[in-house]
Formats: sequence, C-alpha cells, structure tokens
Amino acid sequence: MSTTTSPPTPRTKAEPAPERHTSDRAKAERKLGWLLAGPALAVMLLVTAYPIAQAFYDSLFDYRLTDPENRSFTGLNNYLVVLTDQLWWRSIGVTALITVVTVAVELVLGFGLALVMNKALKAIRPVLRAAILIPYAVITVVSAFAWQFAFDINTGFINSWFVWLPGVDSTTDWFGDFGTSIFVVCLAEIWKTTPFISLLLLAGLAQVPEVLQEAAQVDGATWWQRMRKVTIPNMKAAIMVALLFRTLDAFRVFDSIFVMTAGANGTETVSFLAYRQTISRLEIGLGSAVSVLLFLTVVGIAFTFIKGFKVDLSQARGDS
Amino acid sequence: MPRTTNHRVRSRAGRTARLLGAGAAAVVAASGLAACGSGDDGVPVLNWYINPDSGGQAEIASRCTDDAGGRYTIEVSQLPRDSPSQREQLVRRLAANDSSIDIMSLDPPYIPEFAQAGFFAPVPEDVAQRVTTDVVQSAVDGSTWDGELVTVPFWANTQLLWYRTSVAEAAGLDMTQPVTWDQLVEAAQGQDVRLGVQGIRSESLTVWLNALIESAGGSIIAENSTDPEDIELGLTSEAGVRAAEVLRDVSASGTGGPALSTANEDTTATDFEGDQGGFQVNYPFVYPRAQAAVEGGTLDQAVLDDYGWALYPRVDADTETAPPYGGINLGVGAFSEHPDFAYEATECITSTENQAYYFVSNGNPASDTTVYEDPDVLSEFPMAPTILESLQLAKPRPQTPYYSEVSGGIQREYHPTASVDPEQTPQDATELIEAVLRKEQLL
Repeated sequence: MSTTTSPPTPRTKAEPAPERHTSDRAKAERKLGWLLAGPALAVMLLVTAYPIAQAFYDSLFDYRLTDPENRSFTGLNNYLVVLTDQLWWRSIGVTALITVVTVAVELVLGFGLALVMNKALKAIRPVLRAAILIPYAVITVVSAFAWQFAFDINTGFINSWFVWLPGVDSTTDWFGDFGTSIFVVCLAEIWKTTPFISLLLLAGLAQVPEVLQEAAQVDGATWWQRMRKVTIPNMKAAIMVALLFRTLDAFRVFDSIFVMTAGANGTETVSFLAYRQTISRLEIGLGSAVSVLLFLTVVGIAFTFIKGFKVDLSQARGDS
Repeated sequence: MPRTTNHRVRSRAGRTARLLGAGAAAVVAASGLAACGSGDDGVPVLNWYINPDSGGQAEIASRCTDDAGGRYTIEVSQLPRDSPSQREQLVRRLAANDSSIDIMSLDPPYIPEFAQAGFFAPVPEDVAQRVTTDVVQSAVDGSTWDGELVTVPFWANTQLLWYRTSVAEAAGLDMTQPVTWDQLVEAAQGQDVRLGVQGIRSESLTVWLNALIESAGGSIIAENSTDPEDIELGLTSEAGVRAAEVLRDVSASGTGGPALSTANEDTTATDFEGDQGGFQVNYPFVYPRAQAAVEGGTLDQAVLDDYGWALYPRVDADTETAPPYGGINLGVGAFSEHPDFAYEATECITSTENQAYYFVSNGNPASDTTVYEDPDVLSEFPMAPTILESLQLAKPRPQTPYYSEVSGGIQREYHPTASVDPEQTPQDATELIEAVLRKEQLL
C-alpha cells in the first residue's frame, strides 16, 4: 500500500487570453495588484535590499570606523581573508552542528507537542497552546541568561540537582569546554524554539483530511500505520516549511553564544564572528564581508530546501 | 476558515505596526530633545555617559549641578555593564558625530583609540595643569596619549593580594614581606585553599597577563606606534615567557578552583568568602562587598575580620611588582556643544571632596593622592594606604589605538590558561595579533 494523500487541487487555469491583447479588466486587476503589493515591496526594498547592498559595497573596502580617512578600495580582498581563515571554517562547522542538532531535536519534540495540542480536549486547548508558546515569547537574551545562571557553577542549581547523573558532579564547569558549552547552548535554543516548530506543525496537522483518517481506520490501520501512511505524507509541506524556517533561524544563532560563552572554547558561530569584526574590531569592511558570506550561506540553504526538497511555501498557508 | 484567521492576524499586525510606529516617533522626538543640548529653560544640559555603579556618579552629577549655580545642569545616562560594550556604544555614536555626548566615563585602555580618532575635545592647558596636581602617576599615564593629556583622571583602580590571615599564618607566610606567585601556589596547595585569579576569556585575562609581564620587567607592547604594522609585541621576550610560565603554573596547580576558565572578579570574590577561601588577587570592591554580606547576614563577621591585604604578588622575588591599573577617566566629546562647561564640570566631578565621597560610598579608589589622608576614607577603608602604594606601582595595559585587537588576540591564545605553553603560546599570540593588525586574519 502506498501513501494516501488527497488529490492535488486542480489549479484553475485562466482562459487563454487573446494574443497581444489584454482585457481592460485584466489591466485593472494588474494595476490593483501593484497598488496593493507596491507599498510592501517598497518597504522591503528599503529595509532589506538597501542594507544588503550597502553591506556588499562596504565589504569591498578596507574601512575602519575610527579611521574613515584611510578608507581604501581593496576589491574582493576581504573575502579572500575570510575564506582563507581557519576561524571562518571552524565557525561554519560550529554553526552547522548547532543547526543540525537543534533542528532535529526540535522537529521530534515539536511534532509530539503538536499531536498533543491537536488531540487535547477542546476545553484546555487554548490554555495548552498559550502555555507551550511561553518559551517562544521570552526574549532570547533573557532566556540565554536564565540558562546560563542555571548551569553556572556558582549560581546554578543544575550541578546539585543532577549530581546522580554520570559525568555531572558539583564541580562540573559547563562553560569550561567545547562539548558542554555547546550542549547548554543547544538546550537553550531547543527550549526556546520548539514551540515555534510545533505551532507550524499543528497547522499542518489540521490540514490532514479527517475523511482519510476515518477511511484508514475502517480499513483496520493501526495508529502507527495511519501516522506513517496518512498523517505525515499529508503534512509534508508543513514539515518542510517548519524545517526551512527553523534552519534559517538556527543558522543565525547569536544571542546564546554571546551571553553564555562569548566565543570561548571555540564556540564562535558565524554571526558572532561578524559581530566581532564589525562591532568590536570596528573593521566595517572585513565584518561586512563576513555578513555577506553569511547571507549567501543562508540564501543557499533556502534555495536547497525550496528546489531540492520541492518545498512549496504557499502550501503551508493553506491557500493552495 | 483560514482566510478569516489570516484577516484577523493581519489586522492585529497592522495595529501592532501602528503602535510601533507611534513608539518609534516618540523615541525619535525624545532623542531630538536630548540632542539639542539645552533644557526647557535654555540652561545647557550636559550629558554624562557613566559606567554602571552604585549611584555615586549620579549623586556627584547632582552635586556639581548645584555647584554650577544654574549655568548648566548635568544629567547622567548609563552605559552597558562591561567596558568593551561601553566602548562599542560610544565609538559608534562618536563616529556619527553625536553631539549629545558631553562627558563620558571611560575605561583607560580605550582612551588611545578615542584620542587617535579625534573623539575628544582638547583639554585646555590650565585644566590639564589643575587635574594632574597630586594625582597618582598611573592615572596620569592612563589619561595620556602620544605625550598629551587627553582625559581627566577620575578614579583609579588597582588589584591587591587579599588573604585570610589565619591561612597565611598556618602556611607560615610572612605577609609583611613581598610574596611571589610561587609561594602563594605552594601555600594554597599546602593548606588546601583557593588562590583566586581571573581566568575567564575577557578583559580580566588581559589584565592578569599584563600585570605578570610588567611584574617580570617586560611589556605586552615592546615598541609602540600609531601605525598598526609597526607595533612590536613583547610577548616572546624573556619577561613574556616568564609571565606565561607563571600563568600556566598557577592555573595548572588546581588552586584556582574547578571553574577557573570562567572565573571573573565576582567569582573569585565569592570563592574567597567561602569555606575554601585562602588567597585572591582582586579589586578593593571585595571589601565593601564582604561588609554588605555581613550586614545581610550571609557572611560571618569572623570571616571579614580574617581579611588581610598586601601588594600584588611578585613574579620574581627580587623584582618589584607591577599591579594592574584600571578605573575611570573622564573624556569630553569632540562634538559637544559646550566643551568649556563640560571641562568645568569634570573639574568639579574629580574634586578631592567628590573623589573621597565616591571612594567611601561606592568603594572606588581615588586618583587624587590627598584623598588618602581623609579620616573618613581611612576609617572606611583601612587598606587605603596599601591601595595608594599599589597605584603608585601600577602599570597600565598596552596603550594603543588597536587595543581591542591586541587584547582580543591575547584572550584567544592564552585561554584556557591551564593549557598555555610558555614556549609556544607567546609565539602564536604574536603571530595572530600581527596578522590581525595587518588585517590578514579574523579575530
């Protein structure tokens, strides 16, 4: 038996328009479309395209903020410096590690939470949703501090609570080496963003047609079979969109690293590297090059998801 | 069904956007008011950007406002908590010619960078004369760049060696004589107590390494220059290698506690108050901190009575120590609309009386040597004479406009301190910092 999905909604094709001639109505609709989307487009250009263009322009210069007179054009030299530096590649590795670990764990946990929310009694559903959303509503810096204080050897309670676990004792310094630091960073990220992924998945669950579930049940499918053959295939689009959003988000991780380790023990991520060059060193050129490369990496991830996994962004909104 | 939801969401988003817009407009309007530099009644308002403290600078600002007799008022605005973030915020605003910055409280290592970038209004000669009279040399040095006084010395900080009298006695250490790091490690190991040092990857680590190199007779920057490519580092010198040895030996001895690689000044102060407290190098704030803990009932009076203090440890028994120098100096913004009033205000802020008040109330030692004769200061801080002596020996951190690069490079290579290799680490750090200064490497 193959998977069961509802047939794709046939896209209603517009009547083939007469060649080289658009009707007045179509013209008016197009005009209205531009009028409606225009302001948003203008705002997007202003707040997104302009800074990106500016960053790219700056990245071509040797430019220190405190020494604007000696600004000089260096072409792609900054990119060469970044790409030949071991620190950049290590940061990419660390960022990728955090992304893969957090997104994978969040997907599983988020799916579980979505199932709970979906099946919960009507009476408690709103309360449950609100409760699950709380971590997501906490400002990342605040959550990072909370987790740091919890694990800190002086202020924290983790060491005394989990002293029975192998590898944990009263003198475990969580931020003292790479593995444990990354563990806490991932934990904080997972705690904070699982609600986001579970809400996206909940929307996907709601789209799975009840008729298919009932039909499968009548055919004698077990819960697990229904999950694998009916539920998951029908919400593939929602899962992929949730994965895409979270991956892009996770790849830009900054706050937790900044607060918890400040890059110590090799925990620098790419965003942190950009911050350090631009804001601490005031090397606008070099920092912009790091930012542009980070941007290109993120675009690459999005492109891979959309083309590689055929994610249809419009599917997730339920207006196919 | 989903469509209605969408609509609701959208209209809610619209409302939020409008609220945000209104909020942003209010902020812009408020900052516009602040930037115009005078109050409602036309009296110039001087904005003093302060580092967070226990309220002392705000009180001094109000005292100096009273002293000004209505010619100007001083308002304080708080900067971020740690000094690198304070620098980041001020630099970004000054690079944009922010005229709302009249007076700023600055950590000394960043002063050369600000001066080189032209972010300070020049100090008038008569003011320079007055604000350096009776001031400890380390604070004058810390306010100077390229042979010129560029800021006004305010308060001066230094680290002392704090010890538990009972522990030192049991270990047989004569604390009236200078002690070395080696002696302290041995005593701490023998008595099974902590020797508190700051091994966290932050400014504190640079402070420690700098004190060690200076105490060994060297400097992090051997040959200074305003051209980053001509700066010669002294990390691989004999003194540099000796400093790395002490750093490694102290860290690897295990006396720094299990969390040495994340230990900052607060951590070491907490450790010192605890059962295993033996020795620590730290700023004088640890004393009022312990007093407050006694008052709050979280610390035994007997522990406080056991506190002893001495000059910062020596690296070699027969070479004088060079304790860390820190504190705050006052810069006047180059784009200030009232530099003359601002300099007048800095003189009031740094008056002997106000420095004594700040010392007693906030625990921040004065740079003015006459403050150390004040009976209030002496009764509140019995270690004041040791602080003064320490300040006279203290050496600033490397003075260069590229301080962040130098300090950042040191922190990257010398952390964690327990795995420093005296032969290799200074070499690696030198190569890294030189490459970073040539803009050939990331930091």
